[in-house]
Amino acid sequence: MTRRSPLLAVPRFLIVAWWIQIKIIATSAFDGFLQVVWPLFFATSAFLVYRVSPDPDVMVYAALGASMMGVWSAIATTASSALQRERFGGTLELMVSSPTPFALTLIPITGAMASLGLYSMGATLLWGWLVFDIPLHIASPVAFVACVLLSIISVSMVGFMLSVTVVRYRTAWALGNVLEYPGWLLCGFLVPLSMFPDWVAGVSRVLPPTWAVQAIRESANGESPWVSLGICAALGLAYGIVAAVLSENILRSARRQATLSLT
Amino acid sequence: MVDAVRGVNFTIERGELFGLLGPNGAGKTTTIKMLTTLLLPTGGSATVLGHDVVTSARQVRRDIGYVFGGDRGLYDRLSAWDNLRYFAELYGLPPATQRARIGELLELVGLAGREKERVEGFSRGMKQRLHIARGLLHDPELIFLDEPSIGIDPVGARELRGTIARLKESGKTILLTTHYMFEADELCDRIAVIQNGSVVAEGKPDELKKRVSAGRVLEVETFGLAEGELEAVRALAGIHTVAVEERETTQVLNIQAEADAEITSEVLAALTETRVGRVAWREPTLEDAYVELVTAS
Repeated sequence: MTRRSPLLAVPRFLIVAWWIQIKIIATSAFDGFLQVVWPLFFATSAFLVYRVSPDPDVMVYAALGASMMGVWSAIATTASSALQRERFGGTLELMVSSPTPFALTLIPITGAMASLGLYSMGATLLWGWLVFDIPLHIASPVAFVACVLLSIISVSMVGFMLSVTVVRYRTAWALGNVLEYPGWLLCGFLVPLSMFPDWVAGVSRVLPPTWAVQAIRESANGESPWVSLGICAALGLAYGIVAAVLSENILRSARRQATLSLT
Repeated sequence: MVDAVRGVNFTIERGELFGLLGPNGAGKTTTIKMLTTLLLPTGGSATVLGHDVVTSARQVRRDIGYVFGGDRGLYDRLSAWDNLRYFAELYGLPPATQRARIGELLELVGLAGREKERVEGFSRGMKQRLHIARGLLHDPELIFLDEPSIGIDPVGARELRGTIARLKESGKTILLTTHYMFEADELCDRIAVIQNGSVVAEGKPDELKKRVSAGRVLEVETFGLAEGELEAVRALAGIHTVAVEERETTQVLNIQAEADAEITSEVLAALTETRVGRVAWREPTLEDAYVELVTAS
C-alpha cells in the first residue's frame, strides 16, 4: 500500500488525531459537562475572594490569573490522565507498535487538552464579565491573542512532558494531579511571586506558565509582553525537546521492562 | 530475573499460517510482542521480513499487522469508522485511498453498515472483527493474531476462522496463537508448541499427532468422578496420559494409550465408585497431542 510523503502526513495526522481526541472527550456527556463547568468553579472562587478589594484592577488581575488556572489544570493534569486512559484501553501498545514516532502520537492528546485550556480561558473571562461585572478591556488585543495562543502551546509542552512519564510508570498520571494546586501558586496565577521565598521564585522562573501569565497580563495592561512571551516560548520549546528525547528513552525502558500492557 | 522465553527458534515461510500453541504463561504472547517490537529482547535475535526487530523496529512496524483478542485495543466511545480512521492515520494511509480501504475492510469482516455505531455497543465478536480490520488497514504482509477467538461465541468464532482462512488464501503470512486446538488444526500449516519459554515440538498438525500419539484414545464419559479413581486410572499399565474435560454435568476422561493396549476393562474396573456413560475409542486429535506434549515436558 502506498504511503504519503511525511511533509503532508504529519500535519494531517496531527489534525485528524486531535479531532479524534476531542471527539473522545465530547462523547461522554459527564466529561463534557465537567470540562465546561470546571473552569467556572475556579473563576468564581477567585472572584469571590478578590472582590473584597476596592481596587477594580485587582479583579482583572484575578480574572486573568483564574483563566490561566483553568489552562494549567486542563493541560498539566488531564494530559497524563489521557495517556493513562490509552493504557487502560489497550491502545497505548497499538500506538507504540505503529510506525508513527511515539512522541508525535502524544502531541494530539496534549493538543486536545490545550484546546480545552483555550475554552477555559475564554469561559473564565466571559463569566467574570457577565456575572462579576469585570471589564474585558484589553489594551493590545493582537498581542493578547498572540500571548494566549503561544502560552497555551508552551504550557501544553509541560503536559507533554508529564504524559511521557505515564508510558513507563503506571501511576505517574497522579503526578499531574499532585502538581495542579502547587502549580497555581508557583506560577503566580493568583498570588504575586514576590510574596514567596527566593528559592520558590527560582522554581517559578523555569515554569512556562509563570511567564505566560505575566505576558498575558502585560498585553492586557498595554505593556510590552514580548520579553516574557519570548522566555515562555523558549521554555516551552525546551520542555518539548526534553519530552521528545525522554519519550524515546522512556519507551525503550518500557519495552525492556514489559510495562506497556500493564494497567 | 526470569527468562520469559529461552531457546525459541522457528522460521515462518511467506504465505504460511503458523500456529504457536502453549499453556498460559508459556511465552506465546512474549514471543509475539518481541516480534511486533513491543518488547525488547535481552538476548538472541529475531528477524521479521528481513528486518531486525531491535535495530529496524520502525520498518518492521510498517510491514506487520498486530491483532490481539479481548475487549481492549479500541476506542469504545468512538464509532467503528472513527477507530479505523485514526489507525489509518497512524499508518500513514493516503487520504485518497483511506475511505475505500476502510469500506473494503468493513465488508471483509462483516461490519459494513455498522460503521457509524459506537464500538461500546458492539458484541465481543464484532469488536474482534473490527480489530482484524484495524490490523489490515495498511495491507501488511505479515499478520500476528494473538488469541483472536478468545471469548467469542461458537458462531462468531466460526466466522472469524473463515476470515483468517480468507486472509491466508489472499497470500498473507500469519502467525496465530490460540488455545483452541481444533482451530489450530483447521487453519495452521505448521505448528510450534511452546512450554516454559521453549519450543517443545514443531511440525504440521498431522505430523504432531503421529509423532506424539503413537496410540489411540479411549474416551470415557463419567458422572461425578470419584476422588482417587483418576489416579488409579493413571497408574494402569499401557497408558500415556489422562486428561479430564469438564462438561456441564459430566467429566470426560481422554485416556491416551499404546496402540495395542487393551485397557477398556481395566479402566472400567478402576472406576468402581463412578457412574460411567459412553465409552469409545477414537483416533488422536491435535488436542491429545498437545496435552501429551505439554504434560510430558
